[in-house]
Amino acid sequence: MDALSELIQSAQTAIAGAGDLAALDQARVFYLGKKGTLTERLKELGRLPPAQRREAGQAINEAKQVLETTIAARKAALEAAALNARLATEAIDVTLPGRGQQPGGYHPLSRTLARIEALFARVGFTVAEGPEVEDDFRNFEALNIPPHHPARAMHDTFYFDAHTLLRTHTSPVQIRVMERQAPPVRIIAPGRVYRCDSDLTHSPMFHQVEGLLVDEEVSFADLKGVLDDFLRNFFERDLAVRFRPSYFPFTEPSAEVDIQCVICGGGGCRVCKQSGWLEVLGCGMVHPAVFEKVGIDSERYTGYAFGMGVERLTMLRYGVNDLRLFFDNDLRFLGQFR
Amino acid sequence: MKVSEQWLRDWVDSGLSSAELAARLTMVGLEVDSIESAAPAFEQVVVGRVVSLMPHPDADRLRVATVDVGGAEPLQIVCGAPNVAVGMCAPTALIGAVLPGGFKIKPSKLRGVQSQGMLCSAKELGLAESSDGLLPLPNDSQPGQDVRELLGLDDALIEIELTPNRGDCLGMEGIAREVATLDRREFRPLPVEAVKPTVDAVFPVVLRDPADCPRYVGRVIRGVDPTAETPLWMKERLRRAGVRSLGPLVDVTNYVMLELGQPMHAFDLDRLTGGIEVRRARPGDRLELLNGVVVEPDGETLLITDHAGPLALAGIMGGEISSCTDATRDVFLESAFFAPASIAGRARRYGLQTDSSYRFERGVDSNLQRRAAERATQLLIDMAGGEPGPIIEAVSSAHLPAQPTIRLRPERIRKLLGMQVPADEVANILHRLGMTVMGHSDGWQVIPPSSRFDITLEADLIEEIDRIHGYHQLPSNRPLARLAMSPQPETQVSLDRFTAALVQRGFQEAITYSFVDPALQKALDPERAPLPLANPISADLAVMRTSLWPGLLKALIHNQKRQQPRVRLFEHGLNFIPAADGLRQEPYLGGMAVGFALPEQWGLAKRSLDFFDLKADVEALLALTGEPEAFTFVAAPHPALHPGQSARIERAGGVVGWLGALHPRVARELDVEGDVLAFELRIVGLQPAKAPTFRDLSRFPASRRDIAVTVDEAVTARAIYDCIRQRGGELLRDVRFFDVYRGKGVPEGRKSLALGLILQDFSRNLTDHVVEEAVSGIIAGLTEQFDATLRV
Repeated sequence: MDALSELIQSAQTAIAGAGDLAALDQARVFYLGKKGTLTERLKELGRLPPAQRREAGQAINEAKQVLETTIAARKAALEAAALNARLATEAIDVTLPGRGQQPGGYHPLSRTLARIEALFARVGFTVAEGPEVEDDFRNFEALNIPPHHPARAMHDTFYFDAHTLLRTHTSPVQIRVMERQAPPVRIIAPGRVYRCDSDLTHSPMFHQVEGLLVDEEVSFADLKGVLDDFLRNFFERDLAVRFRPSYFPFTEPSAEVDIQCVICGGGGCRVCKQSGWLEVLGCGMVHPAVFEKVGIDSERYTGYAFGMGVERLTMLRYGVNDLRLFFDNDLRFLGQFR
Repeated sequence: MKVSEQWLRDWVDSGLSSAELAARLTMVGLEVDSIESAAPAFEQVVVGRVVSLMPHPDADRLRVATVDVGGAEPLQIVCGAPNVAVGMCAPTALIGAVLPGGFKIKPSKLRGVQSQGMLCSAKELGLAESSDGLLPLPNDSQPGQDVRELLGLDDALIEIELTPNRGDCLGMEGIAREVATLDRREFRPLPVEAVKPTVDAVFPVVLRDPADCPRYVGRVIRGVDPTAETPLWMKERLRRAGVRSLGPLVDVTNYVMLELGQPMHAFDLDRLTGGIEVRRARPGDRLELLNGVVVEPDGETLLITDHAGPLALAGIMGGEISSCTDATRDVFLESAFFAPASIAGRARRYGLQTDSSYRFERGVDSNLQRRAAERATQLLIDMAGGEPGPIIEAVSSAHLPAQPTIRLRPERIRKLLGMQVPADEVANILHRLGMTVMGHSDGWQVIPPSSRFDITLEADLIEEIDRIHGYHQLPSNRPLARLAMSPQPETQVSLDRFTAALVQRGFQEAITYSFVDPALQKALDPERAPLPLANPISADLAVMRTSLWPGLLKALIHNQKRQQPRVRLFEHGLNFIPAADGLRQEPYLGGMAVGFALPEQWGLAKRSLDFFDLKADVEALLALTGEPEAFTFVAAPHPALHPGQSARIERAGGVVGWLGALHPRVARELDVEGDVLAFELRIVGLQPAKAPTFRDLSRFPASRRDIAVTVDEAVTARAIYDCIRQRGGELLRDVRFFDVYRGKGVPEGRKSLALGLILQDFSRNLTDHVVEEAVSGIIAGLTEQFDATLRV
């Protein structure tokens, strides 16, 4: 074995033995650096007879290339090992919870209101609003409920003075809209309403959504269609819906709308009082006296109106069994409706 | 209205089962609330006649009766009832009978005497709440007959929840008409014959306010026996309607009211003076009512008076002074029509609600009075004897409700209902409802019966047709519409975006009452007088909120008391702010938080929420307006907030809202734990938003220089920011506060602010020289304006 072979041999041993990048670099400098042993050999070529120079030079260069390749391979291996070692130390428990703020949530009634608004928006209803401290005229008189009308007894009104009250329903928004806007009218009016009554099934403040549509060709059958559609989409079920004659001073004809009980499926249970039906809505065709109060020609225009209780729909939708929970604002309750 | 099905079947036998009948009534608008049995279950209770009575040998209060129950041998039964008498018939529970509540009758010995059954009271059969003796059965009853059969107890009571427009159904006759109509059967009104007067006794009646009382029918009946027994059938019908039997005079008036819907009254004629006058109350009128209450009626109240003074609150309740007693011999019967408007609301005014006022408020058939008086006369003389005088009728025809003639057009039916109803069906339905129908060129002319005073318009008739024809026949139409888009201004940020931001930042939405506790309201907003309710539901819900904070704080405390140390709530809704120009009802968005800044979690030190945490939440909301720099936070005192941690939020000089820490004094008074932070914003203050406009991006790199300056404590970050902005000129892109330091190395009364200045040009790379120059200019400005010194 000649000297070059020995050199290569020893260099390869050194490279293989380098335990880290620094040792590897040391080996590189030792053999291939400016003053490295192999480099020295190249420098010594000049002292060889010209006939041998070419061959010897070629051999050295080949040796250099072999060492460079070996070093590169060793370097890659060492780097990979170092990275693996680092990664191993950086391993975490991915099942620990994430950090930072956690989102809150919407009130269940807001959730229901948003769903109702979205469903009616799809068929062209826009949202209208009105004041909650309302005048007697718009809450009652304009809705064909004169003073002492028996329907007033059902309303248990909160008063401020003889003419000012907390609205007992969202129906006065109908009046406000028709006062300022000529037909066609196509609105829903969600909001808070108030009645002086408080027990297991009554809250002094609750929410309603009123709907009103006035145009030249609007019929009771159209009303039935829109409410059928709404109730099935709200409950996301193909449930039976029925119209039942009823009475509201501001609609004629009037109807209560029942749905097949969503708790028992119509078989009869405590919630539907064994009837299989749940009353969820009141509605009807706008009474001519109401049109007269707001100056709309009831011969030319017809219209329908409906009103629904948001608490009741929310209770049925999510199975909430106590009305008072809505206004206690207990986080254990609210947190169930993010 | 409680309807005995048996009674109803006497009138119109529909052939429907109770359940079917109830379902059909509900579907024509007479909503059935419940169906219950007229009597609880019991069996083997028969008519027994007391044949003989012996004292009990060992008990003073007991007697030993021999009772004929129709069998071969009479039974020996021990009885303690005070009214047991020889010859009387009473319900007898045989050995083996089961009484309500599962009580079984067995042979027994009472104080040593054998008893082979039990004589029963109404209470023992579940027919009354209390009894003071045996239930007397008619003396001509057949011993051994089943008592359920004798009393017709296998009857269903149908409770109908009537809507206020259906006053006509507050009598059995009205319900019977509905049933006949819905079941397509003939309706026969109750036949009532005029009773021939046998005496000529009359009593004058004068109508002083004929608009309130256009018809008053009266009749004198002489020589009645007020102690006569009301027949069992009538007692049972009254009982099933929920009316107590109180002797023949009261029973007859109540019975006719239940039967025909006409409230009536019986006066003791001997206690009346001069004549009847129907008039409004005058000052000084006083009346002791049958329930013992003394009222001084106001001028809107209609009275029945005689020449001596008030006798009754018309249509509501009679007076003590003229009431019938067991000593009454001569009776004056009243059957009047009072206009609904003259009665409505009056009973409530005196804290009363009577069967009579309930009916008159809703309306009574104005043609019914004479018929009801004849019916009552006949019933009374059959039961209690007496000699009737002639009918007395005072009437003001001009004031009676007019019976309208209503035009009904087929086209209008189609338009309103969205379906065609065949013409013969229309006419048929109206006929069955008792209407007079006349054909006409474009439809019909219809006159409703006087009992259906609720029908005055074409729409009313259409509803009648629809409900009898059946709401289930209505098609269900999908909406067709000419729709137009409405403007959606981009400068209006929807409330949803603000609430969504709060939800993402860990706030839970609350909905609290708009009326709040006055004390809480005062603690949180002492400078504004809230609007008080005239009739609050309770003392702690008595005033309208002027701020969302009282409700939020109440909810926060509710949760703190339920082991929730960290609470973050928001609410939006109207505040009710009294102002010089009237009440302002304005939408606000508010939030309140307490506890740790972040939920408890690993790897982060627990830190209590502070002002700047909540400020970041508010700033996140302001950022949605597209121009957060338009808002300023001005240190300003608020009575509910910590004086050193309170900011008024302004935009263009106007107040948008408040942010701060709850005043420790308020927190202590209200028993809140921890430091509560709160904000409240006027939603109008967040509008309009700025729609985005594009700004060019620089292609050149930005340079950052960090500096630290010390300034007096009083110098605000905002002032420094404004100064830097002004001095920094075009090149200054951004300013960041990254530290505030007080302590070693900074003189007392001063603070050190560390700032990052970010500079960038649009047309060139910035050289060090240019950057240094800009920073020097900024420092010079700070030094001049705030006596700032550069910390090195």
